[in-house]
Amino acid sequence: MAPASTTGRDKPLGGRFIGATANYIDERTSLSGFVKELGRKIFPDHWSFMLGEIALWAFVVVLLSGTFLTFFFQASMVETHYNGAFLPMRGIEMSAAMSSTLNISFDIRGGLLVRQMHHWAALVFVAGIGVHMLRVFFTGAFRKPRELNWVIGFILFILAMAEGFTGYSLPDDVLSGNGLRIIDGMVKGIPLIGTWTSFLLFGGEFPGSAIVGRLYTLHILLLPAILVGLLVVHLMLMVINKHTQFAGAGRTNSVVVGYPMMPVYMSKMGGFLFITFGVIVLIASLFTINPIWNYGPYDPSPVSAGTQPDWYIGFADGMLRLIPPGWEVVFLDRTWSFNILVPLGVIGIFIVLVLIYPFIEAWVTGDKREHHIAQRPRNAATRTAIGAAGVTMYAVMWAAASSDIIATHFWLTMEGVIHTLQALLILGPIIAYFVTKRICIALQKKDREIALHGYESGRIVRLPGGEYIEVHQPVDEYERFKLADFDTYEPLVVRPNAKGRIPWHENFRSSISRWFFEDRLTPVTQSELDAALAHQHHDLEHVAAEEDLELQGAHERAGVPDAPHTPIDDGRNSEVPVRPSNVIIPEPEPGTKAPKNREKESDQ
Amino acid sequence: MAHEDDPLEHERASWKPSPGLAVAVSDPVSNPGLPPHRARVTDKDPAAMQRAVRTVYTLFYLSIAGSIWAVAAYMLFPIESGRIIDIRNNNLFIGLGIAFALLAIGLGAIHWSKAVMSDKEFVEPRHATRGRDTTREAAIQAFADANEESGFGRRVMIRNSLIAAVVASVVPGVVLFRGLAPFNSPDNPHAGDPVYLLEHTMWKKGMRLAHDPSGEPIRAADLTLGSAVHVIPEELATVSHSDGYLEEKAKALVLLVRLLPEQLTESEERKDWSYNGIVAYSKVCTHVGCPVALYEQQTHHLLCPCHQSQFDVTDHAKVIFGPAARPLPQLPITVDADGYLVAQSDFTEPVGPSFWERH
Repeated sequence: MAPASTTGRDKPLGGRFIGATANYIDERTSLSGFVKELGRKIFPDHWSFMLGEIALWAFVVVLLSGTFLTFFFQASMVETHYNGAFLPMRGIEMSAAMSSTLNISFDIRGGLLVRQMHHWAALVFVAGIGVHMLRVFFTGAFRKPRELNWVIGFILFILAMAEGFTGYSLPDDVLSGNGLRIIDGMVKGIPLIGTWTSFLLFGGEFPGSAIVGRLYTLHILLLPAILVGLLVVHLMLMVINKHTQFAGAGRTNSVVVGYPMMPVYMSKMGGFLFITFGVIVLIASLFTINPIWNYGPYDPSPVSAGTQPDWYIGFADGMLRLIPPGWEVVFLDRTWSFNILVPLGVIGIFIVLVLIYPFIEAWVTGDKREHHIAQRPRNAATRTAIGAAGVTMYAVMWAAASSDIIATHFWLTMEGVIHTLQALLILGPIIAYFVTKRICIALQKKDREIALHGYESGRIVRLPGGEYIEVHQPVDEYERFKLADFDTYEPLVVRPNAKGRIPWHENFRSSISRWFFEDRLTPVTQSELDAALAHQHHDLEHVAAEEDLELQGAHERAGVPDAPHTPIDDGRNSEVPVRPSNVIIPEPEPGTKAPKNREKESDQ
Repeated sequence: MAHEDDPLEHERASWKPSPGLAVAVSDPVSNPGLPPHRARVTDKDPAAMQRAVRTVYTLFYLSIAGSIWAVAAYMLFPIESGRIIDIRNNNLFIGLGIAFALLAIGLGAIHWSKAVMSDKEFVEPRHATRGRDTTREAAIQAFADANEESGFGRRVMIRNSLIAAVVASVVPGVVLFRGLAPFNSPDNPHAGDPVYLLEHTMWKKGMRLAHDPSGEPIRAADLTLGSAVHVIPEELATVSHSDGYLEEKAKALVLLVRLLPEQLTESEERKDWSYNGIVAYSKVCTHVGCPVALYEQQTHHLLCPCHQSQFDVTDHAKVIFGPAARPLPQLPITVDADGYLVAQSDFTEPVGPSFWERH
């Protein structure tokens, strides 16, 4: 075989076989172009960029474990008498779905493990999407050009919850049946179409004998197909838009700084797949989940107190509980179930607001530029406060799903817990909004303070007048750059258009923009910074000079005028300033001694 | 977005939408450029690099050991005895082996990339996401040519009739889904009528109240004061699952409670619905249909464990707390000649959650 001398290599990469294979594939697929484009693509690095990966890899675990389960699960509600290995259930009438789930747990070695992996991975999947979404929201990573990817990601979140719920309902045990009963009750409460929707869904009366098979089709075919399709688009858009990065020296809106796809990210991401997988298997081998053998097959009659839905359904279940009694009217000879419609409406509005938030913010700011810098949440105070309000509202709804557990564990009354949560549902988000906004602005002020006046070094100096001061040391220029913000928005000043009118929506936009941007800090400018630095430099010199005088005087009084002014470094009592860990200290040249305590030292 | 919905917007040629609110800082903090690269311990110290390399391949070898252990555990911990402890061991030891094998690979790979692989950062420029102007023009031209050649925009009749035809062609597909639920049939004249089905349960005059799930009828005299009994119609016990046992049960569930007759507040028309202080209420919650299974003997309250609706048994099971809106329907009962409790009729209103057609 001819050596690939044209590329300057003596040997083909990876040896003859790999070279020949690569050639074979490339001549038929043009794959080399793809590798050229993506192989060394740069991705920025930050721990929070890993959160979406948790979701991605948990989904891989869900797919793998789920596929194994399909080989054994029977999605049928045909009645059988259980005759498997689990003695307490022997002879009990149950559906084939329940019976085969018990068989997976008790008659197939490792079957229980895979079942628990599947369930735990599903919980991790939804949680991973949740924290990933919070990261994207709070850093403003949904801004142009990523609005559509936010929408796709949010649909993936909804699909993940739908997958979770359909899967939860498959074993046909008491809990899953009760979950379906609640869904049935909610669907029936929908005006006009509710009764028939439920009737068609269950293939007749609840529970019927069709629902498990139908949910199975949704669970393993329809929903996963849509999910995988959207997931591919989601990742493709991430590659096309390139990942956001946090601002830093040299890390601007127009570049990506980071490590190449091959080999670093391939290894890191591949490694993280195995870690996610491993952690899920570890949880599955140590902790029981959904022990259906304790619950028994579905029967409309029994239910035990303190049952909980899977965590991601909790907010919806909780919202149902927060409705006060009697919210139902008969009007126009039809029943209007506001105890169902209000929770559905609240959740629906909540979901829609989250879904369209990028467009709302873009409309307010009128910002048509591309944004590739992940903002620090404090620098977008109003958005962060809105997010905190949303998170609080979600948390209250979620807590309400455990109202009975809270009441029994903390010896409270059921009514007291619900009434408190009802009040918190309204007040909590408002309080969270204002507190968060103030905290954000305070943090911005702190950043500004550090950028302009340095960090507290922990070194206390007594001045000749007897005054004690703490010496502030300047942060280095890289750190300072990170602390400075570069963008700011000002409230809209409405101007009449050509016809001399101000359209109502511009007035509306103006008031919203005031709400967003009235309270803000103007970013630090270079001249402010230079002035502050010069001043600080002067101060530090002054302090050092005063200190020198003090020391010299003390030495002279002690009769050792030539003694050094720096403390003797015994390695224990040295005055090393408290330096933030992220401040870069230039490494000393070999052979020189690192300066120990102050800037002036080198002059002496 | 309100201003995009404004139909006049395009006509106001002179009117420009308000510009963005972003304000550029005129004198921003200057960018010092990427910080100097910081060498890692493994870059500076060959021994440390050697250690890192050794750690990585040791982890990979340990992973193989974990996999082997998992296979061994598969054989060492059989579950065929059916004992719970065997299931637990099987689950635990296979799982630990697999988890160890996977975690070791993951940790090894990440340690490899962080400590051994080059940690030189690269800078890649970003480009505007929109296509180049020439590309966009070519794309527009492609549509224009196609439009011109097909007449899609010009021949309105063709276009509109096509759109209408395609939309119409979807309708039969939707109609097919009516088949998800049964139609009325001679055998089952109400199978396709959800409202009828929701309004009727299997209770009827003279049907005995029986224990759930045994189907043993209940004598009024055997019911002690303060007791609560889960009840099904006596005939239900003979219905098989394939004949709708669960569907009938889901509607016919009843909770029977015996109180002192003077504890009951009874309206005039329901005076004879109870027997000697024994009242029967539907056990299906009027909220979303969970079984209202918890009876609090001291307060005579029924509690739904799903969403904590509470009903007062002494007062027509009216709602005293929680999201339910309506009292639990009452089943009129009496005793037959043998002293067994029987229904006087079906429920007088639909049981369970509300639905649109209910009135």
